[in-house]
Amino acid sequence: MARPTDMADAARRLSPPLGGSIPRSLLPLILGVIIAVLGQLLVPAVGDFYYTLFINIGINVILAVSLNIVNGLTGQFSIGHAGFMLVGGYVAGIITYYGSYALWGSTKVIEVFLGPGEWLFVAGSVVGGLVAAACGYLVGLPSLRLRGDYLAIVTLGFGEIVRVLFQLTTPVLKGDDLAAASLGQKLTSLGGAQGFGAIPRYTTLFWVLVFVTLSLLVAIRLKRSTYGRAFLAIRENEIAAEAMGVNTTQTKVRAFVLSAFFAGIAGSLFAHQLATNLNPRELGFQKSFDVVIMVVLGGMGSVSGAVVAAVLLTILPELLREVSGYRMIAYAFLLIVMMILRPQGIFGVRELWELGGKKKS
Amino acid sequence: MTKLLQTLVDGISVGSLYALIALGYTMVYGILSFINFAHSDVFMLGAWFSFVISRAFGWAEVAPPAWSIALVLPASMVLCATLGFTIERLAYRPLRAAPRLNVLITAIGVSLLLENTGALPFLFGTQPQSMPRLIADRPLATIAGVNINVVDVVVVVVAVALMMALQWLVFGTKLGRAMRAVSFSDKIAALMGVNVNLVISFTFVVGSALAAAAGLLYALKYPGVKQPADASWVLLGLKAFCAAVVGGIGNVRGAMLGGLLIGLVELFGAAYVSTTLRDAYVFLVLIAVLLGRPTGILGRAAVEKV
Repeated sequence: MARPTDMADAARRLSPPLGGSIPRSLLPLILGVIIAVLGQLLVPAVGDFYYTLFINIGINVILAVSLNIVNGLTGQFSIGHAGFMLVGGYVAGIITYYGSYALWGSTKVIEVFLGPGEWLFVAGSVVGGLVAAACGYLVGLPSLRLRGDYLAIVTLGFGEIVRVLFQLTTPVLKGDDLAAASLGQKLTSLGGAQGFGAIPRYTTLFWVLVFVTLSLLVAIRLKRSTYGRAFLAIRENEIAAEAMGVNTTQTKVRAFVLSAFFAGIAGSLFAHQLATNLNPRELGFQKSFDVVIMVVLGGMGSVSGAVVAAVLLTILPELLREVSGYRMIAYAFLLIVMMILRPQGIFGVRELWELGGKKKS
Repeated sequence: MTKLLQTLVDGISVGSLYALIALGYTMVYGILSFINFAHSDVFMLGAWFSFVISRAFGWAEVAPPAWSIALVLPASMVLCATLGFTIERLAYRPLRAAPRLNVLITAIGVSLLLENTGALPFLFGTQPQSMPRLIADRPLATIAGVNINVVDVVVVVVAVALMMALQWLVFGTKLGRAMRAVSFSDKIAALMGVNVNLVISFTFVVGSALAAAAGLLYALKYPGVKQPADASWVLLGLKAFCAAVVGGIGNVRGAMLGGLLIGLVELFGAAYVSTTLRDAYVFLVLIAVLLGRPTGILGRAAVEKV
């Protein structure tokens, strides 16, 4: 029999006080910001093509890392990630487009590094992430009753419903219409099937890298925390996890909320970047499939695997651009061969830094 | 009233197409428990094979004879059945012991492969084509202002005939009993002397043949055959899969019921509520049904064993 003090001691060791975790999170965060500043300064010198490519890589990394929380760590199967992206992108777009008009009477980009425009964009991204997280809560709730593929098909349905709803909106308001419009009109004038093209283009590599750092930090710290162990327990065996006292529904919903939050942020970064228009058609189930492929290819639950897969799968289409007609065929073929030859993904369940050591789950 | 009945007729016609596609999903799911994402592309290729065969006979220029459909339908079904067999043999069988998620990703890979191979310039190309009218485009009868088109009658008759054949196959033959046994438990079925691999191959052959028939009927009803890599094919497939889930996945009768229900809801929604929302109704029905009955209308709850 363990004495109560031993038990308390063990409990304290399992969940370290908050004071210990702050420096452990702060250092990587500072490092991430430094890298972000360097990236913002150095990459444009290389060329616009690489600047856009880096932004795309960053957005895909956030998407893959966030979906990895639901699909990889918790073992639930979500194929509605693009739906959360759409929600985040549109909410952030409303805030930056209609918000900057309300604040400054213009919808133009304020091109000052860390200027008021950029802070509005960051606030919009976070609010977009929060609204997406609220949607994640709604989508996660049916996991109380639905399991496996049924939950998957509900997430798919969510993505498609969101897409169709945004296609229903009326064209974006401009000029005099904008000045006269009520709040309700603004909220339903999001461009419809043509997409929300008027969004001011605030996405810079700096902010992409900052959010990449944040999502990586959360994902890695989460995986080692008690919450993360609850996620892993559900993935390995839901009944056993429940028997061990894990509140499975609550934990699954938590995974969905967290995952949707970062998907919403990625959506906002996607919406505000120069190269693409926020269009419901582009963020349909195919985009969700792309992200699922990244997670599975990287290895279920491996954060570094998701990052590597996201980077590879963003660069690969660019490399295959020469043979454009055969590009998707080669991609599909690689996917099938990869699944047959290395079913556990690039890293399996391990992380990059665990590869040399003994097998760890 | 006329609008109501007209929508009803169209809904039954579209619903029976969904049902035909849903059967392929539900049979594969019943046996291998994974969503065969490549099924929608077999359906797409069924439509394209029918188009290519019809054009090869020159029926785009001269009026096709009455027996044309009796030739195109089996030909397209045989082609797609061969394709389904090949896909299972080469892509899915090596993964029999792998986690289901891997099979799922492979299915997405096969789906992309079929779409983009089909879109190659020397195959079907990236242009939409117009399907020759194998069936006269005229109403067979007009009852109380409601047009019952020949196409709709053919679609429903062929679909019902195929579904009855499938019903007989699954519940009336030795092979069908083997299929049901494998779907119950492949290990026990194997112990009882059932050749599991043969049964799985056969399931893919039957499912793909049904998808081919649905492809031809779809091309007859909507003659503008979209290019192979068009996203609308996958969306149609996903809706059919939803129909299978709504009816109760793994259940042959459930797929028929679900298909019909989804077809009716979609067309009534489009006619009476909003056409833009057309793609959303299916998923709304799906979520509503699943929240009420998590295993679908006719599905049985699986007992979870520790």
